[in-house]
Amino acid sequence: MQKLVVIGAGMASGRMLEHLFEAAPGAWDVTLFNAEPRGNYNRIMLSPVLSGEKSYAEIVTHDEAWYDTHGVTCRFGEKVVGIDRDRKVVIGEQGEVAYDKLVIATGSNPFIIPLPGHDLDGVIAYRDLDDTNRMIEAARPGARAVVIGGGLLGLEAAAGLRLRGMDVTVVHIMGHLMERQLDEAAGYLLRRALTDRGIEVCCSANSKEILGEDGKLRALKLDDGTELPCDLLVMAVGIRPSVALAKEAGLETGRGIQVDAQMLTSDPDILSLGECVEFDGQIFGLVAPLYDQAKVAAQTLTGEASEYIPREVSTKLKVTGCDLFSAGDFAEGEGREDIVFRDPARGVYKRLVLEGDRVIGAVMYGDVADGNWFYGLIKGGTDISEMRETLIFGPAFQGGASVDPMAAVAALPADAEICGCNGVCKGQIVAAIEAGATSLDAIKATTKASASCGTCSGLVEQVLAVTLGDDFVLPTAKPICACTDHPHEDVRRLIKAKELKSQPAVMQELGWKTPNGCHVCRPALNYYLLADWPLEYQDDPQSRFVNERNHANIQKDGTYSVMPRMWGGMTTPEELLAIAEAAKKYDATVKVTGGQRIDLLGIKKEDLPHIWADLNAAGMVSGHAYTKGLRTVKTCVGTDWCRFGTQDSTGLGIKLEKRLWGSWTPHKFKMAVTGCPRNCAEATCKDLGVVCVDSGFEISVGGAAGMELKETEPLAKVATEQEVIDISVAFLQLYRESANYLDRPYKWIAKTGGLEWIIAQVVDDLENRAALIERFDISQSVYQKDPWAERATPHYERAWSPLADLTKEAAE
Amino acid sequence: MSWIDIGALDDIPVQGARVIKTKMGCVAVFRTADDAVFALSDRCPHKGGPLSEGIVHGHKVTCPLHNWVFSLETGEAQGADEGQVPTYDLRVESGRLLIDASKLAAQSAA
Ligand SMILES: Cc1cc2nc3c(=O)[nH]c(=O)nc-3n(C[C@H](O)[C@H](O)[C@H](O)COP(=O)(O)OP(=O)(O)OC[C@H]3O[C@@H](n4cnc5c(N)ncnc54)[C@H](O)[C@@H]3O)c2cc1C
Ligand code: HEM
Ligand code: SF4
Ligand code: FES
Repeated sequence: MQKLVVIGAGMASGRMLEHLFEAAPGAWDVTLFNAEPRGNYNRIMLSPVLSGEKSYAEIVTHDEAWYDTHGVTCRFGEKVVGIDRDRKVVIGEQGEVAYDKLVIATGSNPFIIPLPGHDLDGVIAYRDLDDTNRMIEAARPGARAVVIGGGLLGLEAAAGLRLRGMDVTVVHIMGHLMERQLDEAAGYLLRRALTDRGIEVCCSANSKEILGEDGKLRALKLDDGTELPCDLLVMAVGIRPSVALAKEAGLETGRGIQVDAQMLTSDPDILSLGECVEFDGQIFGLVAPLYDQAKVAAQTLTGEASEYIPREVSTKLKVTGCDLFSAGDFAEGEGREDIVFRDPARGVYKRLVLEGDRVIGAVMYGDVADGNWFYGLIKGGTDISEMRETLIFGPAFQGGASVDPMAAVAALPADAEICGCNGVCKGQIVAAIEAGATSLDAIKATTKASASCGTCSGLVEQVLAVTLGDDFVLPTAKPICACTDHPHEDVRRLIKAKELKSQPAVMQELGWKTPNGCHVCRPALNYYLLADWPLEYQDDPQSRFVNERNHANIQKDGTYSVMPRMWGGMTTPEELLAIAEAAKKYDATVKVTGGQRIDLLGIKKEDLPHIWADLNAAGMVSGHAYTKGLRTVKTCVGTDWCRFGTQDSTGLGIKLEKRLWGSWTPHKFKMAVTGCPRNCAEATCKDLGVVCVDSGFEISVGGAAGMELKETEPLAKVATEQEVIDISVAFLQLYRESANYLDRPYKWIAKTGGLEWIIAQVVDDLENRAALIERFDISQSVYQKDPWAERATPHYERAWSPLADLTKEAAE
Repeated sequence: MSWIDIGALDDIPVQGARVIKTKMGCVAVFRTADDAVFALSDRCPHKGGPLSEGIVHGHKVTCPLHNWVFSLETGEAQGADEGQVPTYDLRVESGRLLIDASKLAAQSAA
């Protein structure tokens, strides 16, 4: 009998031995080493063991009787410490065993991030039964767990611990969960499902340090300073093929132990398979390919010709109730096309990636019934040109349903607010329709919905269409862009009504037709989300135009201009000296602008953080001359100096600018305060202008002095500075909350049907004015920060410099 | 081919870009939402806009100056606009970005 030694009793070697004993019973004298003090079991079922849905006994794959029958000498709980290839012996902790053939199936090791504190008591990985048991022990109800890693393993651990009553937080470094298997949209749905189950999820979160007390774990600290208290910390951030043994024995290794298509290592008497190998540059982390390898390894041992061919793998998450599926390659690519289907009402997302006439990848969430059918098409390379139109609906649906652009409205609950001005919700509108109001005008008359600012009329029409079916012909509104059927107004209202707080949420729930939008819709969505959910939404710089991302105006030659704020157009000799010095140091061109401040032009991107730091040091902050936001407040010298002055126009302008700066708006917002009707500060062509008169202040809005020239219209006449400030804040906030992205105030005012409605909101209705001001201040608590000071840091110096400079490389 | 290490994948923001300086001008290195990476000349063929500062969506980038859209894969202008941006071979290995310097060198010699 030939002597076969197997190192590692895992999923791969167990399957290989089965094939071997079936093909050549009694031909081999097998010794099986396993570092774990037990034999082969179904590792992937550790998750049900953790959650309590299965017991360990149920997941054992090979028991003592089986090893007996096949004469396997079991050396469980004994680690192999060396291989002597010259003498052909394996060295175990308890002694040597000689081999004719050796199989290395050592699997992989969980990767532990070497954070400070990673060796504290209570920090564990998730790989074997011992880890699982330690988690079960720690899982007292009410105790807190943090799981680092939002991949397959981490989420299964989180779900299991949650089922055992722990408070669980998942900390994931990437922007969405399971980023290797899911795209952002499916990641969003998964996150929502986990959150519903009481698991907290922090994405884009970088762990910095594990904090302890007396050698025991206390909390995880993130690099933004957040501390997450915990009694248990599970690290599930990836695996590394376990190659140490093979490497020491002089076998060829890369990331894994290198094998050929026969599963032979660089030594013809040594085979290797499982997660420890590298084949053709590829390493493995799921069982399906390992089972193929097991078959090939057994055939190689019995001398049968055989060849391992890697195949596409598919992934499912074993968390009850989270139905997701992904297979193949779903990266976008040259010549690749996406078919996206979203059913917001059912929480379903499906995406197929086609290359030519073949499906090469599939991601689905919520309805995975067709997953295996698509997987079959992928593996088989089936030509799908015949069924392309209806492919996404799966095998049962080759008749062809159509995607319903109104699904988002149909799915709104009855108490979702449709008309914000008059507080009318969907249920009231449906009731009115059922009572016979079957046109927009009839709805306006009976419920007042869309009777005020009018921005919700698109939605009211959709409610009509959903309720009346074919009896109502929907007027076509212009969608934001080709990614969606919804116009701006509807998207704004739906973001509020459905409480959508992230871009993937909007794209999923409103049925976006592209995976991640385009340069037209993304900046709009980013604005709507940050304006409506200032505390919850995280501003996305990658969805902003260059000027707002870099906090400076890009010029035609790729350099930038830098413009510090001069409050109300006032400056000091000290500020001017600092500006002059900065201009010299960075070789800037100096221009006095129409907005009463000084522009430094021609600054290189990598110099921006430096010049900002210099200007900050002299007490100056960003002028936001590059934003859709508050620009300048021009003033005249007013009563301080002018013989005609009626009020302190300069002082009021400064007060307004200090109150409003830093706020983001749908389009740029310019203001002026002028000391008398002679209007030296040109207040009557601004978005909001104040003209001081003897008896007080005249506020007017909706001016423009660009390609279109428009005079402002009167909004209010008030007696005190405080009223000017309050009404200005309320007007700006109303504009922020209801205008379409990239509509200047004059356009917005025209769309709302004139100033009447706006006057009612911000001038007449004092309660509403106060509410607008309160919401503005909440937003300012987040956004009124000097972006220069935040970015004049070493991090930005690095991030804004070239990644590499190859001009200095040798010329050859 | 001669591959040169130019930095780590994580140095590039998702749906963003960084530039590398070369003898023949700046090259923009993009990273998309699905973590694919691409290297293209940083000069828009229209009026020289820095493509690295554009909004990245799908495997496309929109020039920040006049909104021309280019395929990151082929460098071709999309839609009605006509133009072509040179592309360079780039790959990721163990989280590091490697660019094929032979084309960079070949063109600089020309
Ligand atoms: C919790 C969990 C859930 C999973 N879920 C899924 C899933 O749903 N789907 C899926 O496809 N995959 C899943 N996987 C991955 C799957 O379990 C692995 O791909 C598979 O177990 C790898 O098999 P293997 O034989 O290569 O290694 P292993 O099963 O890890 O076996 C290797 C064995 O070798 C032993 N060993 C290592 N070094 C030595 C040494 N020097 N001396 C002696 N013995 C040694 C180890 O103790 C271990 O028992 C999951 C993994 C885990 C941990
Ligand atoms: C990308 C294009 C534009 C750039 C780079 C640009 C740049 C500038 C700058 C740097 C200033 C000085 C502003 C300040 O001091 O804060 C300015 C002022 C001004 N811009 Fe523009 N601008 C642009 C587009 C427009 C457009 C589209 C309009 C018209 C709608 C416009 C109208 C004005 C007016 C009227 C002023 C003078 C403001 C005042 O006197 O208060 N600009 N512009
Ligand atoms: S607007 Fe009136 S108060 Fe102001 S500077 Fe001109 S004239 Fe004087
Ligand atoms: S320079 Fe790129 S679009 Fe004009």
